[in-house]
Amino acid sequence: MQPSTAIPAVAIRDVTLNYFTPERETLALSNVSLDVAKGEFVAIVGSSGCGKSTLLTMVSGLLMPSRGSIEVDGIAVTAPSPRVGYMFQKDTLLDWRTILDNVLIGAELLGLDMARARKRAEALLARYGLGEFMHSLPNQLSGGMRQRAALARTLCCEPDLLLLDEPFSALDYQTRLALSDEIAAILSAESKTVVLVTHDIGEAISMADRVIVMSRRPGRIKSEHKISFPSFGDKRPTPFEARKCSEFSVYFQTIWDELDLHEVH
Amino acid sequence: MSTEAIASKAVGDRPETAAARSPAYESYLRSLRRRALSIQAWQVGLVVAFLILWEVAPRAGWINPMLTSYPSAVARTFMAMLRDGTLVLHTWVTLSETVGGFTGGMLLGLAIAVALWWSPYLYKVLDPFIVVLNAIPKIALVPIFYIWLGDVASIYAMAIAISVFVTVLMLYTGFQAIDPDKIKLARLFGGTRRQILYKIVLPGSVPTIISALKVNVGLALVGVVVGEFQAAKAGLGYLITYGSQIFQMNLVMTAIVVLAVISSLLFVIIQAVEATVLKRHGAPR
Repeated sequence: MQPSTAIPAVAIRDVTLNYFTPERETLALSNVSLDVAKGEFVAIVGSSGCGKSTLLTMVSGLLMPSRGSIEVDGIAVTAPSPRVGYMFQKDTLLDWRTILDNVLIGAELLGLDMARARKRAEALLARYGLGEFMHSLPNQLSGGMRQRAALARTLCCEPDLLLLDEPFSALDYQTRLALSDEIAAILSAESKTVVLVTHDIGEAISMADRVIVMSRRPGRIKSEHKISFPSFGDKRPTPFEARKCSEFSVYFQTIWDELDLHEVH
Repeated sequence: MSTEAIASKAVGDRPETAAARSPAYESYLRSLRRRALSIQAWQVGLVVAFLILWEVAPRAGWINPMLTSYPSAVARTFMAMLRDGTLVLHTWVTLSETVGGFTGGMLLGLAIAVALWWSPYLYKVLDPFIVVLNAIPKIALVPIFYIWLGDVASIYAMAIAISVFVTVLMLYTGFQAIDPDKIKLARLFGGTRRQILYKIVLPGSVPTIISALKVNVGLALVGVVVGEFQAAKAGLGYLITYGSQIFQMNLVMTAIVVLAVISSLLFVIIQAVEATVLKRHGAPR
């Protein structure tokens, strides 16, 4: 996909983060630079503790880098913005709110027009097959349904940029495959810019246009891989189809070797 | 609806009809019922045995009736006091003091816990004091409260003092246990600290608040009775001290029985509240 303008959706410039505890000073990220084009789907993989989630939190505006700068759509990030959506590993649905009220929490906190948000929430839930569960409490839904409700909550405020922090890792394997297919379809239909952080190499290759590999702490960008599946033809395969393409295992092997997972611990 | 279906509804709302149940399952259900019945029989039997022993032992001269009275005498006193209205008066005094003290302790505890959550610095400063105040046996303060606050206010103060510190500790711990990702979620949507409190922390702490209620009902009653020992001119605690001073064990025992009934009632009410609230609250199954 060609970037439509010169301004990248996300521009991470020379970002370094160190944080302090009474015991020590930790260099979590060191000189990370990364541009994400509008409409691009970028996946960041790395072993646990490499700072990839921290990087995502900084893009969201909840955490400031020690050095360097982060821009979203050419504007420096200083605080969370409604134009950026965030999805967690857990669905973080509020147990005491119905699914519809959970989806509406963003609009409620941001003080948006509730009538309009409600219409959009109902439409999103209907589209994701949750129409009849709108007034149910989260504990009546399965894990996959809950995560779809969380996606509806994220998309309800119409963000341009989506930050996904291992959104499938709390699900069982089958649900994870099915849901990543669904979510990939939803996101490509809405042509959102997506940054996905994951430790699952297969998930990254099957969903993303580009995979960034991060080193262990201090996190640095080690390499990046443009992902394409010529064997599938011009159309982009769904994540499930991508896993069956011949290129998939080649990418997998390359990135696996770069991650040095066997040395961990 | 067929008769089988009705029968199955009566037993335990099983989706299977009676016809679908195997004999083994039938006998399993029968054994469950038998077990429940035998447990109840034991419970009733123990109460009856205790009452008989209590009645017989003083009459047979095994123990001094001056010290224990008899169930029959207690029942007579109970009925007499019920007729002349004194029992209702004293019960009402104790009950309203308990509910008042309990509400006060709960609200004060909630306010302090919120303040501590709001300012972690304040929490760090006050933490050792709260721990020490919680550890002090509050009953030791009864005479001081009486001198400072007089006969009515000291009883409420006692009920509050005895329940407030536990409430603070329980609620604060509950607030801290709220999933940090849920707070992060609210912050990502630009939520202010006040919004996080009202939309995430307080509703998320409803189960903790109910546990605190359960603990406090009992504690407030203890505080009130102890306060009444020292100060009051009415109430069940007053009846107990008065009865023991004039060696009227009937009176003492009656008051104790009523206290047992009150505390069980309050507990049952809180449990009913807990069941309905937690169900509506969507507690994880």
